[in-house]
Amino acid sequence: MSPGDNLLFAFGSLRGARTRTLLMMIAMSIGVAAVVILTSLGEGARRYVIGQFSSLGTNLVIVLPGRSETAGVNPGMLLGQTARDLVLDDAQALMRSPAIRRIAPLSIGAAQASNGALNREVVVMGTTANMLEIRHMELGQGQFLPPIDPRSASPVCVLGATIKKELFGAEQAVGSWLRLGDRRFRVIGLLAKQGESMGMNTDNLVIIPVASAHQLFNTQALFRILIEAKSRDMIEAAKHDAEQILMQQHSGERDVTVITQDAVLATFDRILRALTLAVGGIAAISLSVAGVLIMNVMLIAVAQRTQEIGLLKALGAPPAQIRQLFFAEAALLSAIGSVFGLVLGEIGSAIIGQVYPALPVAAPWWAVLAAFGTALGTGILFSVMPARRAARLDPVQALARR
Amino acid sequence: MIEFAGVRRVFKVGDQEVAALRDIDLELVAGEYVSIMGPSGSGKSTLLNLIGLLDRPTSGIYRLDGQDVTTLDDEAQARVRSEKIGFVFQFFHLVPRLSAAMNIELPLILAGLPPEERKQRVTQLLQSYGLADRADHRPDQLSGGQRQRVAIARATSMNPLVLLADEPTGNLDQTTGKEVMNLLEKLVSKGVALILVTHDPGLGGRAMRQLQMVDGQIVSDKRNQA
Repeated sequence: MSPGDNLLFAFGSLRGARTRTLLMMIAMSIGVAAVVILTSLGEGARRYVIGQFSSLGTNLVIVLPGRSETAGVNPGMLLGQTARDLVLDDAQALMRSPAIRRIAPLSIGAAQASNGALNREVVVMGTTANMLEIRHMELGQGQFLPPIDPRSASPVCVLGATIKKELFGAEQAVGSWLRLGDRRFRVIGLLAKQGESMGMNTDNLVIIPVASAHQLFNTQALFRILIEAKSRDMIEAAKHDAEQILMQQHSGERDVTVITQDAVLATFDRILRALTLAVGGIAAISLSVAGVLIMNVMLIAVAQRTQEIGLLKALGAPPAQIRQLFFAEAALLSAIGSVFGLVLGEIGSAIIGQVYPALPVAAPWWAVLAAFGTALGTGILFSVMPARRAARLDPVQALARR
Repeated sequence: MIEFAGVRRVFKVGDQEVAALRDIDLELVAGEYVSIMGPSGSGKSTLLNLIGLLDRPTSGIYRLDGQDVTTLDDEAQARVRSEKIGFVFQFFHLVPRLSAAMNIELPLILAGLPPEERKQRVTQLLQSYGLADRADHRPDQLSGGQRQRVAIARATSMNPLVLLADEPTGNLDQTTGKEVMNLLEKLVSKGVALILVTHDPGLGGRAMRQLQMVDGQIVSDKRNQA
């Protein structure tokens, strides 16, 4: 018997018992759909988090002033010294590293902003032109900070979308003057509305050159230095260089903390991937339940088709052939069930995608493959026993029954 | 062609051993038309099952077409069944979900014949058994006589050496029974050996050779004068 005939015959017997076939396929497709939907949810969550991180910028290394030691005593602490401030010179010095593409110093403060009678407290961010690229900000109108020497102050500012709306309303903001504390700044650009990303809302920001911010807040200290490494592979080198350079700058003292976004990202990535695997595994249990169901129903099929099996034997079907027929039946059943399940899963994922548009739900290819494989595997595995029982049937007994 | 030497078949019923066949010695030649008669429980069906390789003797030797088939494994026996033996049953044993044509094709499919050849043979068989217009009907859409004709067509589809018929008319009325017998006897005239199990002496008497069985033994072996 050729494999094609084998499948055809199995298909025939499946069609011969419609209710049974339908119920088994439903069980199978629910199992497969569960795997697909749950893994696509997990994968969606993972991609969402990664998306959030990369909206912060890619290949980011961040320098924080002060050092958080988990063990040992900083000699500076014994002498009553506080950590040295990060200053603009430090930021400039970082450009010596070949692994670093660009840097943006960051100085943060709060100030009263007013336009005529409208005024409100705003977060002022002092930085340089590089910030736009490093943080992947989008400009809505006008231009960003000019690429001037970071040490020179310039009375210009860029406004976040919310600030613009609250202080200028429908008025033309670009070209107007904005009062920040006791100084005046000309609005040269507006940020596009971006919303929250990782707890930082650019809509509520006023961005001015870092030197101007230092004048405004009467300080030399930087809040952060953002570094963009030249490539993903250079991140570690950039981190190492930054630590070395800043140690030199700070007379040999390690008093800054350098973190890479990549490390944080990798951790999240691992956690969420494990989570996806876990929920996928739980869903796979429902698949194996479907497998047990297949076994049960196949056993009933063997009992019901005793006569047919006896006949096939009398017509010259060897035991191996009978086994193959039942395998083919189980394989077909689980394959068709899985296809329905995949379709069902995709539909389910699409619905979830509609309900939560922020979540990029899509079943990863490996989950689809695994679901299909598991379904087929359990189907065939659990038909081993019924198939063997069928193959061992005594044809005399099988045919004697009426 | 069929040779039984000291064949015994013992069944275990609980603790007791029941001998269904006791030391059967039998020789049938190719193309012979033999009827096996006897009361129920006399062992005639067991003998038929042994000839058809559906059952194995407890002891003794069975040679089919010169080959000792008792020592063959299941696979090899299945091949012998497929190539040399055709069965016709009292209850037809057609696969209910398959059409008449598909039922006839079944042994050919199992034997792994190429589709073109299968199609050709099935068409020919449907034609010669007057079933051409019933090809696509399922067994439940056929009359008893038609069903048995499908079964005979199926049994002969692989051109067997011997046809084993267990009460082939047992489930048919007289007229159709006679038709079926005519069909079977026509096959004999074409050189196929026919072994007919029946408890109807009228039917058994038509055979060229008549075996009478009682209690697992052949008690008489008569031949009709041709």
